[in-house]
Amino acid sequence: MKIRAIHWFKYSSPQNFYFLAGRLWPWFAVLAAVLMAVGLWISFFVAPTDAQQGQGYRIIFVHVPASQMSMFIYMVMAAWAGLGLAFNTRLSGMMASALAPTGALFAFLSLITGALWGKPMWGAWWVWDARLTSELILLFLYLGFLALQSSIDDPRRADKACAVLALVGVVNVPIIYFSVKWWNTLHQGASVSLTSAPSMASTMLTGMLVMVVAFWMYSIAAALARVRCIILERERHTEWVKHAVE
Amino acid sequence: MQWNSVSEFFAMGGYALYVWGSFGLTAAVMVIEMVLIRNQRTELLRDLRNELRSESPSS
Repeated sequence: MKIRAIHWFKYSSPQNFYFLAGRLWPWFAVLAAVLMAVGLWISFFVAPTDAQQGQGYRIIFVHVPASQMSMFIYMVMAAWAGLGLAFNTRLSGMMASALAPTGALFAFLSLITGALWGKPMWGAWWVWDARLTSELILLFLYLGFLALQSSIDDPRRADKACAVLALVGVVNVPIIYFSVKWWNTLHQGASVSLTSAPSMASTMLTGMLVMVVAFWMYSIAAALARVRCIILERERHTEWVKHAVE
Repeated sequence: MQWNSVSEFFAMGGYALYVWGSFGLTAAVMVIEMVLIRNQRTELLRDLRNELRSESPSS
């Protein structure tokens, strides 16, 4: 019997990953579009009206996926950054830089959709409570990462500095996640958790999960498409790039 | 289905600004991000091709 090993390290070369990403990202984009269409349909036509919040609760279908992605992308970004520091692979830093803008956008969307939800339900666009403040810090961490990246000319040195920043900032992610438990807050607790039954109607939950997966697919598509630009830019003086762009 | 008319759907039970604002902004951000990535790629490819052409004037 022949065991066919997958040559993972083959794809840690930017050249191979460039072509792999080029083949993959359109599929993720299509999946994202299809799932978003289904998710929107459930959000507006299947999920019932909420007993307490009327139609206003429907913001949950973009707020929760955006918030969740903002935290998860940060973890993935830090993981790539950590790999880069440990193995000194060029691709790791490129992936971390490709993820940062998308993560920052989701953190921004999380805060804005949260404000649009807070205003009618709490009577305030913003309160300085633990959940909101720690999410704001997450946005600043992303912006800090991007600023640091663009302030260092040598991309390899920039990767290392940014990796340290990304890894230190990881401490903020569990703070965001558990903030609703650790401190008194206006923000409601988790609607879905691993340890207890979800506290919402099943069609609402389905809609939310479909949107979460759709946002995942979108993020992967955006990161892969962006990392292709970063690879071309950084490898611009190599022979393969010259062949690829001809 | 909880909507009796199109106008009721757009009114969102009085939360139109908040609900449509959230969904609209999210959609806009995603579309803009993808357009920016495409523009970045188009510019980069143009740059790289120009560079190539100036390196080999004979061809």
